[in-house]
Formats: sequence, C-alpha cells, structure tokens
Amino acid sequence: MPGTDSVIPRKLLRSSIFRLALFYTGLSTVSMLLLLVFIYWATAGYMAREIDATIDEEVLGLEEQYHNRGINGIKAGIEERISLSSNRDALYLLGDGRYQPMVGNLDRWPIAAKDKPGWLRFTLPGAADDDSPEVPARARSFDLPNGMHLLIGHDLRDLEATRGLFIDALGWSVALTLGIALGIGLIMSFRVSHRIETINQTSREIMEGDLSQRIPDLSSGDEFDQLASNLNRMLDRIQALMTSVHRVSDHIAHDLRTPLSRLRTRLEQIKNRAAGSAGDTVERAIEDVDDLLATFNALLRIARIESGSPASSFVVLDLQDLLRDLAELYEPVAADKEQQIEVLSRERSSVEGDRDLLFQVLANLVDNAIKYTPPGGTITLAAAASPAGSQVEVTDTGPGIPRDLREKVFQRFYRCDTSRSTTGSGLGLSLVRAIVDLHGARIRLSDNKPGLRVTIVFRPPPRDTESSGK
Amino acid sequence: MRVLLIEDDDHLASYLKQGLQETGMVVDRAADGHDGLFLATGEPYDALIIDRMLPKLDGLSIVRTLRASDNHVPVLILSALGEVDDRVKGLRAGGDDYLVKPFAFSELHARLEALFRRGSSEAPLTRLSVVDLEMDLLSREVSRAGNPVELQPREFRLLEYLMRHAGQVVTRTMLLEHVWDYHFDPQTNVIDVHVSRLRAKIDRDFEPQLLETVRGAGYRLRDTA
Repeated sequence: MPGTDSVIPRKLLRSSIFRLALFYTGLSTVSMLLLLVFIYWATAGYMAREIDATIDEEVLGLEEQYHNRGINGIKAGIEERISLSSNRDALYLLGDGRYQPMVGNLDRWPIAAKDKPGWLRFTLPGAADDDSPEVPARARSFDLPNGMHLLIGHDLRDLEATRGLFIDALGWSVALTLGIALGIGLIMSFRVSHRIETINQTSREIMEGDLSQRIPDLSSGDEFDQLASNLNRMLDRIQALMTSVHRVSDHIAHDLRTPLSRLRTRLEQIKNRAAGSAGDTVERAIEDVDDLLATFNALLRIARIESGSPASSFVVLDLQDLLRDLAELYEPVAADKEQQIEVLSRERSSVEGDRDLLFQVLANLVDNAIKYTPPGGTITLAAAASPAGSQVEVTDTGPGIPRDLREKVFQRFYRCDTSRSTTGSGLGLSLVRAIVDLHGARIRLSDNKPGLRVTIVFRPPPRDTESSGK
Repeated sequence: MRVLLIEDDDHLASYLKQGLQETGMVVDRAADGHDGLFLATGEPYDALIIDRMLPKLDGLSIVRTLRASDNHVPVLILSALGEVDDRVKGLRAGGDDYLVKPFAFSELHARLEALFRRGSSEAPLTRLSVVDLEMDLLSREVSRAGNPVELQPREFRLLEYLMRHAGQVVTRTMLLEHVWDYHFDPQTNVIDVHVSRLRAKIDRDFEPQLLETVRGAGYRLRDTA
C-alpha cells in the first residue's frame, strides 16, 4: 500500500479531534516547561543565596581572625578550614600583592578577580582526581589593608548538578508528555473518526436511496450513541413520513385516478352510441381526460421515481446503443422539421441503469431539442467513456436556456416562455431530473453557442472493481 | 375465445366485460384473488386478465401459482403501479403483457388479441402474406402485388409486426414495445411518422390502402381486400 503513508497523515491532520489533541499536547508541554523553569529558577536561586550566605559567614569568621591575630590569623583560619573534610566545596586563597597564591586551596588567582574586589564568578580547572573538567565557582575577593588579596568562595558543583538534573527532567517530561498526549490523541481521533465515519457511511447510503439504513448503536451510552439514537429516531420519523407520502400518492392513484378512468370509460361508452357531432365532442372530452390522466400519471411517476431506490431492473448497458436507437426513432420527426440528428460517438460507454428509463430521459431531451430548434438546425447526440464515469450529451442549435433559468427548468410545470405556443406538460425535465438522480448521475445545462448543451455524467459502473477502491 | 377477468373494481369489471362480450368473447369475472385462482385452475381459458392489487390474494401470486403448476395460459396483468421495476416484476412473475391503469379499452383489446395470436402460432414462419403484400422472412424481401418494395431494417420490423397481427388493431405503445423494444412514454407521436413513411412505400402506388389508422386506438393492416 504505497499510497496510505501519505494519505493517513493528511487525513489525520484534517481531523478536528487530532488537531485538538495536538493543541492540548502543545499546551501541556508549554505549561510543563514553565512549571519546571519556575521550580528550577526558585531552587537554583535559593541554592545561590545559600552559597552567598555561606561565603558571607566565612568572610565574617576570617574577618574576626584578622582582627584578633592579623594576617597570621587569616592564614591559620584558612588552613584550619581547608583541613576540615566537611568543607570541600569551600574555596580559599590568600595572595600577595601580585596575586601570587600564599595560602589556600586554589592553584592561582582567578584572572577575573584581579584588581576587582567584590563578587565574581569564574571557572575552576578540573581537579586531577575528578573527571569533570571545569567547575564553575562563585567567590568574593578583598584587598587587605597590607596589600594582600583574599578570596573566599564556593564551587557551584551542586548547583550545576541540580541544573543538569532539571534539564534531564525537563527533557524526559517533555518527551513523555508529547508521547503520551500524541498517543492518546491518535487513539482518540481514530476512535472518534471511526464513529463519525460510521455515521457518514450510513448517511451516504441513505442519500443514495436506502432509507432503511440505521446508524449502529454501540449502547455504551456515550454522546455518539446518543447522537446515533437521535439520528435513528429522526430517520424513523422521516421514513414514516415518506411511507405516508407514498400511501397518500397511492391513495391519489387509487382514489382519484379510478374515478377519472371511470369517467373515461363512461365517455367511451357514450362515444360508441353517439352519432355525428356529438361523437366528436365526446372524442375531444376523452382526449381532455387523457391529458388530465397523463399529467397526473406523470406527476405520480416522478414522485415514485424520486422516492425510489436503484431498482432490480438495473443492467449494464451501452449508451451508444441507446443513442443509435434514439436517433433512428426520432430521425423522421426531425426530418419533418428539416432538422438533422447526428450521433457522434464511436467508443462504447457503459453505464448501469434501467434501459427504458434512460431511454425516456434521452427521448425527452431529444424531443425538447426538436421542439425548440428552428428548421435547418442540428441535434447532436454524443456518448463518451472516461474513468470518472461515462457521459452523454444532447446538444441543439436552438435558442438555449438563459443561465439563470437553468435550474428552474427542472421544476414541475415550469415553462421557460409561457407565451411560447409549444405543447407539453412542463413535466418532461422534472422526469429527466428524477431519473438522473435515481441513477446517481448528474445533469448539467450549458451554452452550446448557439443552442443548448445537456450533459449527463454517470458514475462508473460498480463492477469495474479496479477503479473503485472504496 | 374465453377470457377470465379477475378485477375487484365492479364498475371497471362490468365495463370491460361488456366491451369484450361485444367483440364476441365469452367473459367470466372473479372479484377477488381466491375466486380468480379457483376459476383459473378449474376452467380452460384462452387468456386471463388479472388486476395486480386484489383482495385476499394479489395478482402476481395468482400468476406465480399458475406458472408453478405448469399452466401457460396467456396472462395480461393490469396495474395502477407502473413504475421503475413494477413492470419487470410483473413480467418476471410470469405475466405475458402488462397494462397500466387507466388504459383505453382499445389498448386492452388490441393486446388481448395479440395474446391470442401468440398462443396459436407455433411453427416458425418463413413467409408472411397479407392480401397482395408478401414478406420473405429469410431473404428479407418485401413485395406488393409482385413489385419489390425497398424497406429500411426498422420499417421491415414494423411491417413484419403489422403483418403478423394483420386484421388486428395495433396500438402505438405496442409498436414501441415490440418494434423498437423500448417501453417508454414518448411526448410526441414519433410512431406516426414512421408509420406514414411505411405507408408511403407500401400503399401510395397501390390499391386498396392496407395500412389504416384506427382513430383513438392505433393502426390496422387490413387482411382482406
């Protein structure tokens, strides 16, 4: 599966749950960082102050020695303090006027401390028995009244160790937080998108006409189950309404068509007995009833097709065959209007559908084309196959349909130009739209410059399993 | 010809019964599915007219039951349902023809006549002959009074259907279904133009005119001079 690597991350990034998880991961990482930095800052600050306090204490001690015993007091004090094993972090150095070490545990006077009495920071060269190469230190230096220099300090080994600890902790906790949060985010987004995908899948099946589909309820009582059960209840309601609409139209079919056909029957009976002009009148009355019934039947037919699902009568058929039959059937009618019908397709383009209904669609389109195209015009039928689905086109050289009316013409009883003295019920294109929808196809009207171009694009036949992976 | 009409609508049934009797048929009528099936299995009929929606037992079940018991009497199904695959279902159940209500009596009568004809023609024909019109089904040649007539393939099929049903009324929808093999509702009378072209070829230069228009019904090829 070479495609999945690139597809899944993109799909994941689009998932709102995953984005949310990423956001919270970022948020918790940042807050963790802030917390650790604060703790570090507080701890390190405390330790630094402790060290400074220790140094100040030493200074006070040695100052006292100096007061009592002069320079020798300091020397003795330093030696005594160095000898104490508990004091190995403390640094002492007594230097002469040229900063040459006299007493102390430092090899030489730190360069940074020369000529600058006061607090300072410097680095100690690594001790021989120690692996750590350099240790930072903090110290306070004084110029003694006799021209000597005194430095009292403390190495910052502990502080450094603490800092290292914190950096390690920081690294680990950020890594752990990121890992856990990302993991949870992934699992959550997969779970949630799986649930949502189930709902989407069901909705698609319903939109394709199978209203009996329901969203699976995992009965875990979570919000998705509540959503599922609410949607399912809504679907039950819609289905109940649809059924009652069907019942109503069946009732119309039975309760209104029956009296109409009785009326027709009675008229036929009268016609058989009537003579002369009365017979003609009855004949015309029968034609009126037939028109009424035809409109009525067309409406019911559209309603039935609209609420229907792809029927068992669907077969795989070739659009080219339909177009050839259509051209052959309508050629004499077109010839009467001095029009030409051309079939412009050479390749086979198969679609899955109901042969009679698709023929009805094309016949209605050709019928309209013949009706609206002036004498001498040409009606062109073309079918083409492409991986995205077969398509069929009916074009004419008539007046066309203005852009803003192209959607309206599919409405029931809509007539483009009410003053036009053309026959027809105004239901032809509604029927076309209903049948096209039933086939999951799309219909588009466009400008043929001049004339109208009607394009119907079908979905690829499902048995073509290689191109339909989903 | 003896016909059984299974129809629950009393008014329609009596009208059809009367109409069919006027054309010389013997008509029995059953008002529900049970009675209909009982009569259809017990009596020899030349054709059955069965409404699809019937009390007690629906029309398709009657047809299926008859076909399952090896009864091949021609069946014409009447229905208020005419959509998507209702017709296909009706024919799959074993019906020979399917007519959607409301229909003109002439349409029913024409289709019934065609069903009788279907039942009787067993041997495959190689030659059709109506008055002085001759059709050779093998060489696909047509002549009128000895003069060859050039026909397009579809005109040939149209004439063949008319000749096979010579003397009977043939409706426009019957022609669409059997000559063009499409069951749809043309908004204009496309068939009329084809018929008039055929008429020009077989009738214009000859007497008598054989292909006549039956007003409000369809066409008929006269089988007698």
